[in-house]
Order: sequence, then structure tokens, then C-alpha cells
Amino acid sequence: MEAINTTQTTENQYLTFILDEEEFGVDILSVQELRGWENATPMPNTPDWIQGVINLRGVIVPIVCLRKRFGLEDREPCPTTVMIIVKVASGDKERVLGIVVDAVSEVYNINESDLQPAPSMDGAISIDFVKGLATIDEKMVILLDINKLVNEGVLAKTDNEKAESVSA
Amino acid sequence: MSVDLEQFKEMFYEESSENLEAMESGLLELSEGGTDLDVVNTIFRSAHSIKGGSATFGFTSVAGFTHVMEGLLDEMREGKREAEAKIIDILLESVDVLRAMLGSHQEGEEPDDERANILKSQLVAIRDGGVSSSSGSESQAQAADSSSEVSGGTCQGWNIQFSPHEDLLQTGNDPALMIRELGVLGTLSLEMDDSRLPSLDAMDPELAYLQWNMTLKSGEDGNVPNQDAIEEIFEWVEDECDLTLEAIEEKRKSPDRRADERRQNDRRQGSRRGGEAGAKKTTQAAASIRVGTERIDAMMDLVGELVITQSMLSQLGEDFDMSQMERLRDGLTQLERNSRELQESMMRMRMQPVSFAFNRFPRMVHDIGQKLGKQIRLEMVGEDTEMDKTVMEKLNDPLVHLVRNSMDHGLEPPEERIDAGKDPEGYVRLRAFHQGGSIVVEISDDGRGLSREKILGKAIEKGVVTEKDAELWSDEQVFNLLFDAGFSTAEKLSDLSGRGVGLDVVRRNIESLGGRVDVASKFGEGSSFSIRLPLTLAVLDGQLFRLAGQTFVLPLVSIIESLQIRKELVGGVGSNAEVYRLRDQYIPIIRPASILDCSDKHESLDGGLLVVVEWDNRHVGLLVDELLGQQQVVIKSLETNYQKVPAISGATILGDGKVSLIIDLAGLFELSGLMNDRAFRIAA
Amino acid sequence: MAKIMIVDDMASMRKMVSFTLESVGHEVMQADDGDVALGIAQENTFDLVITDVNMPNMDGITLTKELRSIPSFKFTPILLLTTESAKDKKMSGKAAGATGWLVKPFDPDKLLATIKRVLG
Repeated sequence: MEAINTTQTTENQYLTFILDEEEFGVDILSVQELRGWENATPMPNTPDWIQGVINLRGVIVPIVCLRKRFGLEDREPCPTTVMIIVKVASGDKERVLGIVVDAVSEVYNINESDLQPAPSMDGAISIDFVKGLATIDEKMVILLDINKLVNEGVLAKTDNEKAESVSA
Repeated sequence: MSVDLEQFKEMFYEESSENLEAMESGLLELSEGGTDLDVVNTIFRSAHSIKGGSATFGFTSVAGFTHVMEGLLDEMREGKREAEAKIIDILLESVDVLRAMLGSHQEGEEPDDERANILKSQLVAIRDGGVSSSSGSESQAQAADSSSEVSGGTCQGWNIQFSPHEDLLQTGNDPALMIRELGVLGTLSLEMDDSRLPSLDAMDPELAYLQWNMTLKSGEDGNVPNQDAIEEIFEWVEDECDLTLEAIEEKRKSPDRRADERRQNDRRQGSRRGGEAGAKKTTQAAASIRVGTERIDAMMDLVGELVITQSMLSQLGEDFDMSQMERLRDGLTQLERNSRELQESMMRMRMQPVSFAFNRFPRMVHDIGQKLGKQIRLEMVGEDTEMDKTVMEKLNDPLVHLVRNSMDHGLEPPEERIDAGKDPEGYVRLRAFHQGGSIVVEISDDGRGLSREKILGKAIEKGVVTEKDAELWSDEQVFNLLFDAGFSTAEKLSDLSGRGVGLDVVRRNIESLGGRVDVASKFGEGSSFSIRLPLTLAVLDGQLFRLAGQTFVLPLVSIIESLQIRKELVGGVGSNAEVYRLRDQYIPIIRPASILDCSDKHESLDGGLLVVVEWDNRHVGLLVDELLGQQQVVIKSLETNYQKVPAISGATILGDGKVSLIIDLAGLFELSGLMNDRAFRIAA
Repeated sequence: MAKIMIVDDMASMRKMVSFTLESVGHEVMQADDGDVALGIAQENTFDLVITDVNMPNMDGITLTKELRSIPSFKFTPILLLTTESAKDKKMSGKAAGATGWLVKPFDPDKLLATIKRVLG
């Protein structure tokens, strides 16, 4: 946090994680905590990328498998598999969800002005959920718009997605 | 010594409101023609308790008021007075006044006695045969306090002869203690008379034989003992002794001690009242919750466990090395479980029976029924159904509105009912029950019902619907128009409901709680409004069962029985539908495992376990793998962080910390396609 | 100091009395009706019993009668908590074997002064 702001633009902290060898980042302010992977209670009649629900200190929290959500190849959990618990404004309240990723990576300070718009990507990661791309030490980091992901990619579209996942 | 009474006042207020409630419901019972002596006794006792307490805590006007009520109730209790409607009404009004008076005290304000005084004189008038005014009986109480002054000259002291009867000891009184008390009042000289004492062998140690002649004079302070004080010492044994009291007189003017004393008393009371006012500011009426002791006990147990875990962990921390890692982990797991259970137990305390919300209605229905000139019977079902306290508080206003709505618009006046061939007395029924993880509160009546034509007419007039489309609308759609803003069937409004609040507000309130309200009606037969509230937390008696390795919860209340399937009783209807012969009826079998997509396997029915549930008056068999225990579970909504899941009404956390889903039968049947199934119709 | 039982269905009165008594060092047991009090009396002895008259289930008069039939309560002082209006209650209380009565309203000072008359 010692970085000196020479420009007027804001700098945000991002937590990055690995998913299928790509590095993704989410605004650290939306991250509530990290949890080791655990078996969730599956829920019937939900999209397959909803892994189920867990008990987070008495609160029922749905768990999203991000690999499946992005249409990536599924993988058995391993010791680095982590659930990132995020807190997201949704309508007039806050929702808490867990996102399963392969591993957490780093925390970076990223200047908003350094973000590049996401090119249309082939593959399942909808461009809608990408806030922008950042380059850090020659590496590309895909910054996700976690609010959008949760509100549009997880909650509202359930019926459509379900149809998709069934037909896929 | 000084004891601060303040801390007991809060308790007294709470008890008083319970007592007032008891009086109110008792009076209402009497007003409906009840003659049960127990009821009268309960009312009397409640009034009496309030009187005693309010006198003790210095609320003299409340005490005075209850005193008059009590007198009347006492006459009723002893059969000297009939429970006439007029008296009941005045007593009911008195309950209101008492409530207001106590409320003022609680707020630290002086109650407005005006209404109380008017009512009090009415009560007195009834008591005195409806003729005289209050003055006569009121002065009586004051007169009692002035007692005979010693006549003639000044009193120097007393000669006292005290002869206990033999049985005086039997009541726990002790002459020695009385004499000791006399000694406190002044300088006592005494002479014991043992002439009645029998010989040792004839003596019964349980009897009193001794007598005393005493002289009591002024003590060190120079004050001559007061006659009242002396008599007070013997007050309890008046009938168990012979007592003579003679003043020793001398010609000297004595100071008016009584007046002195009174002044002192006044001062004392004055200062106490001052202290009261000071302390009042800090005791704001705190919101309180009444919790059954068994829930407190359960919580206490949990706290006990927590303490054990804590001491185990701190012991472990004293000299920790890596070999104890396992134990540390166990300890932490235990700690986590303890805190979770404690949290749940705390949440359970917030659950209150819906009767808390229903309780106000008997009175309200009684009063409004009278005003409207309608005969209304209030029926309440399922008052024990529990719901979260905060949800209940928000349910209050919509409930009141809908009940008034039923009374105003639903129920007809008696003549109209008779003309329609109905019982002149109509009913308003409040019914609460759990259904699929929701709480449903129904407000129904057997009144005139809703008129589809009238509502549609209005809707067409307002341009809500075209005449052509209107024909296609279902009754339900039409009736639900009532909840739209600005839609009121104004011609039916009575003076009581012209309060500017419409059903649209009711709907908004309920929807803001995440609930919904529906109406069903049959013209001429009545209407029924049902409020359905999904519960973020509610307690459910659950039956745990296993399905494809996963544990689910079924509401225990919907289970009729469970049985082992016998192959020969299984029948097939059509291609997939299976039915089971249960005694003399066929019930459809459904397989939750495949509906809830936990398993694709089509298990053989033979020898399987069938749980027979009742839903919507129909019986259905659910095929399950294994039945586990029954337990109370706290329902948690899936919608807090996710959204509604078909056939699942919520989740709960089991003892091992795992999440288990609660089955919503209505949703399950819907998914199973049973609703349209021929078999279901056969079974129904 | 004395061991005292207070019987009253109103918790505020009961607690007030017991608080007052405890504050001067007496040992106090509380019961919220006659039945409960009788149960306690089976297993304890007391130097004094103070009971309300009007209570559900078992009233104070009946309780007094019942207590007097227990040998260890034969001479135990029993005081009835009553209101001045209940003169006949006082008499029936005496007839049942009560030692005396405490007239409501009473403040803590009066309570302590009164019980001095029956505590040795």
C-alpha cells in the first residue's frame, strides 16, 4: 500500500485466484473470507454449477463452482482448492455466496486507469462478467465484476442456465 | 433501611398486563353467557393482585380504582350479583382505564384520573344498587383510619393485663415476643402470673398457661407509647387472649402525637415519591420478550457445555505441543458446535406463539360487533403455531385490518342473515398453521362474500380491464383486484373503515415481509383472506430421513404413518404411476429421490419404506431409503443468499453442522406431476 | 438469621419481599402457589412463612391449614399477605391457624418491623 499515487485515478486492491491456469481477480472489498474446500449439501433442481449449500456459522450459503459456471472442464478438489466467500449487494440487501476456485494467488494494487477493456473472448466466460484486463509482471489478470456475476450470472438467470446446462 | 422498589415495578407492570388480559378474556367469556365460577374467580383474583401490588408500589389511584372493581367482582363471586351485560361492559372499560393508568405510571407520568373517577362512580353506583352516588362509600374508607382518642386528660402510660388463651401457641404466636415488642415501645415493668400453671405431670407444653400484668411508661425518648401501637402488637391474638388496656392519666396537656406522626408519614411518602420520579427517567419501557422456561433451560445447558469446552481448551493451552494438535482440533470443533447451538437456541427464543397476535381480537370483535349491531363469534385455531417475534409484530396491522374488513364488509347484519337463511350470528375465524415452511394466517368469515360482478364493474369503469377480457378472468384474478391501490368498493364502506387505509397497504406490508396475501370467496357464503409468510426462521418439528445418502427433513405434522411396502399391494395405473393399497384406499406412490434428482436408480418398491403423508386432504406415499430421528429444527431460508428452490421450503443445520434441506410437499407434488395424475384423482 | 418462605403468585410481590428479607440477611425460599409451597415444606423447615391469600390452585388459607398439619410446622409463624378489605379473610385465616397478617400495602420497613414480632 506504499504505492504513490502520481495520477488522479483510483487504485483498488484485487484478490487474484487461479482457475484452469488463468489468473482472475475480484475486488478485495467484496471478499468476506476464504475457506478450505468442503462438501456442500447438494440442492435438487438447480443448475449443475450450484454445488449446493454450506453452513457458514449458522448462515446457509450457496456455493458456485466457477469452473462449471464458466464451462471449463470439471476437476476433483485438491488441497489448494478454496472457497472464496463474497458479499455482494443484490437488490436491497447483501448476499453471501461461496465461489470455488483452484487456488488463491496474490493481492495486487491495480490502477483503474491501467485496465484494458476485455476483448470478446472465445469460450464460456461471458464478457459481461469481466470488468477489464490488467497486466501485472507480464501476466494477464482477468478482473471479474463480481456483482454482475452474482446478480446476473448466478441468481436471476437460473432457469435459462439450467436449460443450457441440461442441453450441454 | 431502604430498599429500592424500582426494580420490582417493571415486573409488576408486566404481571399486571397479564392480569388485565386474564380479566379481559374472562369478562368476554362472561359476556358470551359463561357462568363458570372459576372464570369469575380468576377475574377477581387478577383485580385483587393488581390492587395489592399497586398499593404496595405506591400507585394509590390504581389501588383505589381496583378496590371498587374488586368489591363488585366479589359480589358476583359470591352469587349476590348477576353478570349483567351492562356491568360486564363497565368492567371491560375499567380494564382499559387500568391499563392506561398503569401505562402512565410505567412511562413515569401521572395518570389522568378523570376517566377513572367517572367510571369509579359508575361502579360505585352499581354496587350501591344504582341509587346513591359515590360519596357514601368513599368516606367510609377514610373514616376507618381515625380511631378513638384517649378521652379526658393526658396519658402517662398504660396498665396492661394480658391473659393468653391456652391455644394461643397453636397459631405460631409467642407471648414472649409480644412482650419484647412492648418493651421496644417504652419502659416496661411486668409481673408474671403463673396461677394457671398446672403441676408438671399434667402440663401440656403445647398450651399457654402464663398471664402477665404489665405497666408500660414512656421510654428514654420521653414519648408515651401510643395506644394503636400497643393494640397492633396484640392485633393477631385478639380472639386468643383476654386483654385489658388502661390509660394511666395525669393532668397534663399532651402534644398531638397523632398529628405529628401523620406529618412524619407524609414526609416519608413525599420523599419516596421524589426518588421514584428521579429513577423513572432511566427505566424506559424496555422491549421484552417472554420465553418459556424450558427454552431458557435448554440454553443454560448449552452455556454449560460451552464452559466445559472453554476450560478444556484453556487447559490445553497451558502447555501445548504439536502432539496435542488432534485434541486442539477436536476442541475447536466442539467450540464451534457449542456456539452454533447457542446461536440457534437464541433464535428459537424469538419464536412466539401466534396467540400473542390473536389475543387482542376477542375484545376488538366484541366491541366492534356491538357498535355495528352485528352478532359475531370469533373462532381462533392454531394459536400455538409459532412465528418469529419480529415478523409477528409486523403482522399485527394487516391482521387488524383484515379482521375489521371481515366485520365491516363481510358479515351481514342479523336481519339480512336471517333473510338469507343463515344463522343470525356470523363468525370470523382466525387460523394459523405452518405449511411448507411458511406460516399461513387465514382470516375467514361466513358473510356475504365478494361479488365478482361488482368488482368487475368497477374494474371496467376504471379501465383496468376491458369488458371482453373480463370474461376470461378467473374469480381469483378478479378478487385479487381488491388489493390494487385505489381500488375500493366504496359503496360497501361503513363508517368504521373509512380510515383511508386500503387493502393495497395490507398487501404492501405483507409483501415487504416477503409474504403474500390471497383472497378466496364464494358469493353469499363468505370470504377467506390468507396471509402467507415465508419464514427466515421458524421452528419446525421435523422427521429426518435419508434419500440417496443425503439427509432431508419432512414436516412431522404432515406424516400420517410409515410402513414397509408389500409387493402384492402395489398396483400400477398407466405407465409410470404406481399406487399402493393402504387398507381400503389406493394412494399414489411418488419417488422423491428421482424428483429431487439425487438418484437415477429406479429402486424396487418391494420391501421399501413408504412414508404416508397428508397434503391438501389427500394421502400420498413417499418412497424413502431410511427414516432417521425426529427433532425440532430451525428453518432457514434459502432465499437469504440464494433463491427459491422448487420442492424445498428451506434448510436447517443439523447437530453435526451439516446443512439439511426441508421438503416442501406442495412443491414436491407439483414437480411429480401428481396434480394432473389420474391416480391422484382416483385416490382423492 | 431466619429461614423464611414467601408464597405469592405475583412475582413482583414475591421478589420484593424476598429481596427485602435477604437484604437484612434472612435466607428466603420462594414459591408461586400453595401447591409448590407444600412441596417445599415437605423437605424444609422454616422460621417463618409469609403467604399471599389469593392464589390460583391453592390459596393461602388452605395452605395454612395444610401446613399446620405437618408436625414441623405446628408452631411455625405463618403470616398472611392481605388487603384491608378482607376482614373476613383475616378471621378465616386465623381459624385456619395463621399467626397473623401483613396488610397490603406495606413497604419494606413495615415488612421488617412486622416480622420482628414473630421471629425470636
